[in-house]
Amino acid sequence: MSEAKPVRAISTPIRLEYSYTAGRASTRFLRGMAQGRILGQRCPECGKVYVPPRGSCATCGVPTEEEVEVTGKGTVTTFCIVRIPSENLSIPPPFTCAHILLDGADLPFFALIQECPFDQVRMGMRVEAVWVPKEELGPTFECIKHFRPIDEPDAAYETYKEHL
Amino acid sequence: MRDVAIVSYAQSRSVRRELGANEVEMVMPVVREAVERSGIPKKQIGFTVSGSCDYLAGQPFSFVSALDAIGAWPPISESHVEMDGAWALYEAWVKLQMGEVDSALVYSFGKSSMGDLPEVLTLQLDPYYLAPLWPDAISLAALQARAFLERTGRSERDLAAVAARSRRDAKASPRAQLAGDFDVERLLADPYLVAPLRKHDCPPISDGAAALVLAAGDLARKVARRPAWIRGLDHRVEPHQLGSRDLTTSVSTAEAGRRAGVGKGAVDLAELHAPFTHQELILRDALGFGDGVVVNPSGGALAGNPMMVAGLARFGEAAERVMRGDAGRAVAHATSGPCLQQNMVGVLEGE
Repeated sequence: MSEAKPVRAISTPIRLEYSYTAGRASTRFLRGMAQGRILGQRCPECGKVYVPPRGSCATCGVPTEEEVEVTGKGTVTTFCIVRIPSENLSIPPPFTCAHILLDGADLPFFALIQECPFDQVRMGMRVEAVWVPKEELGPTFECIKHFRPIDEPDAAYETYKEHL
Repeated sequence: MRDVAIVSYAQSRSVRRELGANEVEMVMPVVREAVERSGIPKKQIGFTVSGSCDYLAGQPFSFVSALDAIGAWPPISESHVEMDGAWALYEAWVKLQMGEVDSALVYSFGKSSMGDLPEVLTLQLDPYYLAPLWPDAISLAALQARAFLERTGRSERDLAAVAARSRRDAKASPRAQLAGDFDVERLLADPYLVAPLRKHDCPPISDGAAALVLAAGDLARKVARRPAWIRGLDHRVEPHQLGSRDLTTSVSTAEAGRRAGVGKGAVDLAELHAPFTHQELILRDALGFGDGVVVNPSGGALAGNPMMVAGLARFGEAAERVMRGDAGRAVAHATSGPCLQQNMVGVLEGE
């Protein structure tokens, strides 16, 4: 017995499966995606528009019910160039990841920027959503493949500084 | 000790599967209702604390997203326990005792339906010797039930009687998921789920949320006609390792009950957090209740068992009955962990 090696580690595999329920607000948003539309919700108290909506205004703590449709145009508020490879990435690095504030929305979200050289990505850059082909639309955020620059003057810093 | 009372309570109806709402959408209505009923403006509530478990949603930090339901701006004083909401209530009560605040909002939520609940609960066991064997929560409860029946000489009929009474009482509760008239003989004719437990001995799997507001001293008297004063509150925990406990009794409940002062006066009613029928009998014994004590008039966890909510709900249900004047002195109990590992007991009184 004294010659037996001590147990230094054990492996106890754990696997649990979950069925995620999106909730009312996210369901509306995802159904919108399937139609090629971007749907948000406006807070009845502070007037902010959330895209994607979560059904509540996190600032005011009230339900958001008024639906607001926004276009796929927006502004890059901040960005980074990712050069680190990792598992489960749909595209190989390097690529540009950006915070995008859609016109008419008050909450930026993360998205890819493509069709743009890395050294030309900048804060304030105007971009638009590039959608998957119509026949591939479905209830997923992945309907928007990425964003690409559009030929518009950069947005003034004052217009998005609140969202950094 | 500072006078602290429950002044309002709200709870959603327990449902088997909440398909419409996400956690935030589930929490918002009950928080709004509890705050409105308290008469204290939301911005004036001094402390907010929640109880929930990320394993239920399978999503790390889901309790942080749930804060979207509260409106935490300008920044609020806020906390969270990865436990049943009853322990969130305890933290708020301590904060009130320290005199830091005069009011507190306590809420909890659980969407058990998203995973396989009996398996999810396995992960609360010790990760080296027990969890790798994957004993599910019902099998562990059945071990406890078997030991209890053997030691006490009570019968499966006694267990079925608890189920029948709970679900009969639940007919009067708009929050109940399982309610109705069940004949004990018929229940006993059902096959075992995990012997000696049958389906009726086990709680339903439920989604739900609850919220309540606590207030101290004069503020409680000002906002509530008849606040439910918390005269005593204590919780005790037993060893994690099931083999080192006597599963047929609950020494932690007995000790918590003694320290909370349960025996200092007559008890009109008790809301006991007993997800399994035999656990109600163990808890009654531990608290020394005779037949005169009305137990679980709401139907208890056997009528609706939203995880992380069902313990807080016992305090809410008992408080409502005190506030309405249906009870002068009530006991509320909450449990956590496998086979009644940890227990909290509170004594609630009208003025």
